[in-house]
Amino acid sequence: MGHDEYQVHEAKILTPSFIVLLTLTLIGFALIALRFIKGIGAVSNMSDGYPWGIWITYDVATGTAIACGGYAMAILIYIRNRMHYHPMIRSAILTSMFGYGLAGFSVMVDVGRPWNAYNFFVPSKWQVNSAMFEVAVCVMAYTTVLIMEFLPAILTTLEKTEWKTLQHMLDLIYGRLGMERPERIGDRLDKVKELAAWARPRLDKVLIFIIVLGITLPTMHQSSLGSLLLIASTKLHPLWHTGFLPLLFLINCMYIGYSIAILESVISCYAFKRPFETKELSGLARIIPFLTVIWLCVVIGDLAWRGQLGKALSFDFYSCFFLLEFCLIASGSLILFSKRRRESIRWLFSSAALIVLGGALYRFNVYLIGFNPGKGWHYFPSLAELMITVGIVAFEILGYQVLVKILPVLPKLHTRDQHTAAHPMGEKA
Amino acid sequence: MGKPSRRQFLKIMGATGAALLAGKQAKANEGHKINNETIGMLYDATKCVGCKACMSACKRVNGDYGSLSYERAKFDTDGLWDAPEDLSGSTRTLIKLFKQSEQEWSYVKYSCMHCQKPSCVSVCPVAAMTRDPETGIVDYNKNTCIGCRYCQVACAFNIPKFQWDRALPQIVKCDLCKNTNLPKKGISACAEVCPAGAIMFGKRKDLLEEAEKRLRENPGKYINHIYGANELGGTNHIYLASMQFNKLGLPTLKDAAPAEFSEKIQHTIYKGFIAPVALYSTLCFIALKNMKKHGGEEGGHDTNTDKGGHH
Ligand code: SF4
Ligand code: SF4
Ligand code: SF4
Repeated sequence: MGHDEYQVHEAKILTPSFIVLLTLTLIGFALIALRFIKGIGAVSNMSDGYPWGIWITYDVATGTAIACGGYAMAILIYIRNRMHYHPMIRSAILTSMFGYGLAGFSVMVDVGRPWNAYNFFVPSKWQVNSAMFEVAVCVMAYTTVLIMEFLPAILTTLEKTEWKTLQHMLDLIYGRLGMERPERIGDRLDKVKELAAWARPRLDKVLIFIIVLGITLPTMHQSSLGSLLLIASTKLHPLWHTGFLPLLFLINCMYIGYSIAILESVISCYAFKRPFETKELSGLARIIPFLTVIWLCVVIGDLAWRGQLGKALSFDFYSCFFLLEFCLIASGSLILFSKRRRESIRWLFSSAALIVLGGALYRFNVYLIGFNPGKGWHYFPSLAELMITVGIVAFEILGYQVLVKILPVLPKLHTRDQHTAAHPMGEKA
Repeated sequence: MGKPSRRQFLKIMGATGAALLAGKQAKANEGHKINNETIGMLYDATKCVGCKACMSACKRVNGDYGSLSYERAKFDTDGLWDAPEDLSGSTRTLIKLFKQSEQEWSYVKYSCMHCQKPSCVSVCPVAAMTRDPETGIVDYNKNTCIGCRYCQVACAFNIPKFQWDRALPQIVKCDLCKNTNLPKKGISACAEVCPAGAIMFGKRKDLLEEAEKRLRENPGKYINHIYGANELGGTNHIYLASMQFNKLGLPTLKDAAPAEFSEKIQHTIYKGFIAPVALYSTLCFIALKNMKKHGGEEGGHDTNTDKGGHH
């Protein structure tokens, strides 16, 4: 990686938002503890009719799509050869890493018998007919890949650090104990530095193969997230049950990925008081409508082919959710067709938000809203169930906030500020 | 970038692909055929008297196996009664009474249908649900199950149940007494105790023959349909009744097994693992070419002048 492209965001870690997020995280984790003591039924409204609730729908099916920023950026940079987006990749990868890591974590909260999860590593138990097997293996592999992709940021920090804070803390502890700090601790810390310096260039050499793996794996498992619902032909509403589910989920995660990269950049520039990356973002925004238009064409074409267009326009419960999803995505894309709007942060932000909302609603429609197991079954998440999800999301944001302040993640300012910082809102390409 | 290392890497990827290819094809299911030599049950709703002897026999013989607990009714705070309202994490079979009117009613027995091409088996990621090809019994192994509940999502009959109230939960469903009554007595417990002869236990082909015979001999008595003969690719638990099956809570279903459809798509995408390997190799090729253009090593950005450049 070009290590000079990134910088640590120098700011206080203990901010008011930190406290709020921490509180939400702690509530969420307390409820998770309760779930492990008293069973899933004690905290959730899931039932034998709706065995998958908000945890699978949001944390896994939708959360990993939202975490596709790193995937989408990697395609753009390494495959479409737009190297000038390179400075944006670290923060995208960091959010992906959190998104995927925590999706994996919430799966462990959701499954009833997590101690048996080791069976995924026992070849005789592999069940390759199962889309879920494919999803599970790929998600685990991809999370590992993301960590490796992020490793350079950690290694450069380790390499350069003087361990001031740590040494200071150690001195304090030993001081309290009334002892001298032993020499060997300093030696150990030097060893870590040396190791980081040794590992980093070697990692740099093979990194591209890891990055490409980081493009292949999401392509596989994001489509398989769609395949998961193929089996539910008697339960999923025909507006969404189609053989194209894998393809639709794949394209869906890409446009969500680019839109999220835009949202994330705008929000973090706003929150960290950095100039907006308008030029990069308007370039990103150009790609999105192409993807959404393909997606919308497949959706309509498939409905027409299966003779379900009438159902889509019948304005019943299902049709309303379908139309809402459709309109959100279509209107967001429509905005982005205009070059002028693509260069305004405000329009970029709102269109990206519309597309993320619509794309996420699509996944909710497939996993929950369009899912009907039969008469007598109802599902709406319980408060505790929601708070666990909120806690996990809060933890995600918290982690991002803290890590950009201790690791070089955000793009360095001086390379851009000559042209961007001067007029952050109305930069012309 | 060392040339040999790259070639080696691709070679390893190819080998992994080939290994997966071999394993995949062995397990791939090419076209579904019904096997009538397997065992199952025929439930005749017109003979059932609703005594629920089958329910209590099922609980008695399987109570310890698979740690089933008795279900508590709402009025029963002391836990003296077992009064299941539906199949659940502690009830594998259930008799319900459907009332069309005061004069017309029918009992109906719920339990796993032991599908010939079971969705639950098709989707289970760790092979905790299995179908014995010889007996046709669809069985569950709690020692492998991770509790993902995909089998519940997949089953069109909503049969697998989960123990929502337990810290160490499991999936519960009928296993044709595979580990309890069947090896001991050669018959399922529910069929053994039925006093009215409403449950017939045996080979699927004999059950079908008997069902057809009953339909032939009593034309007015039954709905002219053997439920389960073809539904979802055929089930080993089949039904005769005097009322529309969908009224009795048995869904109206197509003959095709959903697992056929989903596995076909999954197999087309992952056939022999060729597509993912090809994708990876192609992407590697493109990415490496792009890197070269940008000065070999990825870090060539200090000299990179295209920053904020084209388009
Ligand atoms: S009825 Fe459901 S649980 Fe039983 S074998 Fe068929 S799919 Fe599996
Ligand atoms: S809950 Fe258990 S048996 Fe059911 S699909 Fe998941 S792992 Fe398999
Ligand atoms: S076959 Fe055995 S497990 Fe299944 S319902 Fe009858 S008694 Fe219960």
